[in-house]
Amino acid sequence: MYAFKYHQPKTVRQAANLLAKFPEAKVLAGGHSLIPVMKLRLASPSDIVDINKVEGLSGVEVKGRSVVIGAMTRHFEVAGSQTLKDVLPALAGVPGSIGDPHVRHRGTIGGSVANNDPNADYPAACLGLGATIITNKRRIASDDFFTGMFSTALAPDEIIVKISFPVAKKAAYQKFKHPASGFALVGVFVSKRGPDIRVAVTGAGSNGVFRVTSFEEALKKRFSPKSIEGMTVTAEGLNTDIHASAEYRAHLIGVLARRALAAA
Amino acid sequence: MPVVSMTVNGKAVSADVDIRTLLVQYLRESLRLTGTHVGCDTSQCGACVIHLDGKAVKSCTTLAVQCEGSNVLTIEGLAAPDGPLHPMQEAFRENHGLQCGFCTPGMVMAAVDMVNRKGNELDEHTIRQELDGNLCRCTGYHNIVKSIAAGAKAMKGSSQAA
Ligand SMILES: Cc1cc2nc3c(=O)[nH]c(=O)nc-3n(C[C@H](O)[C@H](O)[C@H](O)COP(=O)(O)OP(=O)(O)OC[C@H]3O[C@@H](n4cnc5c(N)ncnc54)[C@H](O)[C@@H]3O)c2cc1C
Ligand code: FES
Ligand code: FES
Repeated sequence: MYAFKYHQPKTVRQAANLLAKFPEAKVLAGGHSLIPVMKLRLASPSDIVDINKVEGLSGVEVKGRSVVIGAMTRHFEVAGSQTLKDVLPALAGVPGSIGDPHVRHRGTIGGSVANNDPNADYPAACLGLGATIITNKRRIASDDFFTGMFSTALAPDEIIVKISFPVAKKAAYQKFKHPASGFALVGVFVSKRGPDIRVAVTGAGSNGVFRVTSFEEALKKRFSPKSIEGMTVTAEGLNTDIHASAEYRAHLIGVLARRALAAA
Repeated sequence: MPVVSMTVNGKAVSADVDIRTLLVQYLRESLRLTGTHVGCDTSQCGACVIHLDGKAVKSCTTLAVQCEGSNVLTIEGLAAPDGPLHPMQEAFRENHGLQCGFCTPGMVMAAVDMVNRKGNELDEHTIRQELDGNLCRCTGYHNIVKSIAAGAKAMKGSSQAA
């Protein structure tokens, strides 16, 4: 890995000031996306702003009709939160499918959302539940947050502080795991909260996570697998790689959406 | 270069390191604890698994400076230097849970963490799922799974349980 300077701020404000001061700096959370790419010299930040010692960034809390999760909450903490299992089990199930136990001990929800890997699980959960990403500067609706593969609406000196998920009555996530990497070949998160119906897909789109509006429309009548029986999505704009063709991914979206609806 | 201090296998240690030193490099190169292995450069193989403040982590994906003040347990610290093997190590020996042995330190550290989280009665399905982050190129896993089930049972009531 290339050399860098290391900073260990104690507060979000100090961290943001460091990011503003050093334009080539990067936040370090769990490090399970950033350190691998630094080791491969695919990233070479001038400065690392390690936020592991910043207090008050982790925990799962119910606030009114939402669940608020701190950015530094590790995957295993989210997976093990009884509070979350009680109020929003579909979300509690997501981190348990991420990577392996060692990855889950370090990786954080904020890091996963900020990274917006096109095959990551949490972006689907955010978009599929209509979460709000809360930063040191503002609140960003997930519909506006994920702007493309590995890119988000975050400004260079903006830090995710927490994420607020509205509690949906019905929700479920179905993931078709790549057998070697464990990442989602395709993953579909569905939810219904009053009139707000969401079907979010990860792993398939060449611009990252997206919503399937045709399915959402059809589900307005009845939130059930029957409502989208026989419906398909076009392979246009989906990824083809060594693991799967765009056509196969398009097929999986229909299958997984129906499975998720059956489970919701 | 900053001095990084932590507790490794119960002993306070410190060494001068370049900021970009990974925890695994610190353990192997500065402390000469070469039981922890490096099997990949993509954070996937688990040969480097150690316990950081009581939890299994990949020491190849953590910076040494991040571990300032932390408590680290490596394969060398599992059993006393001249005492009997830790029950999990003994179970790997009894059940032929290794061939070349390269993955073994990571497997054993992951196995002990598994017992810490899931208890002493582990079925085959659970063990296989929990081994997602540990790759073995030799054994085909069968005897590793057997070793872990036996080691988990043997850890019950053992004073050595890490
Ligand atoms: C072997 C392996 C398997 C994996 N499998 C999966 C999988 O199946 N599914 C999946 O979804 N993921 C998977 N991952 C990725 C894992 O979940 C990462 O932990 C996660 O993507 C990044 O979180 P992190 O806390 O480690 O972030 P880091 O690596 O520390 O940071 C990632 C990026 O986000 C930025 N960042 C971090 N926190 C913040 C913040 N609070 N505000 C602003 N920017 C921030 C960083 O600057 C960096 O650019 C896997 C990783 C590995 C190594
Ligand atoms: S060396 Fe392969 S995961 Fe750490
Ligand atoms: S025993 Fe050789 S890699 Fe596992």
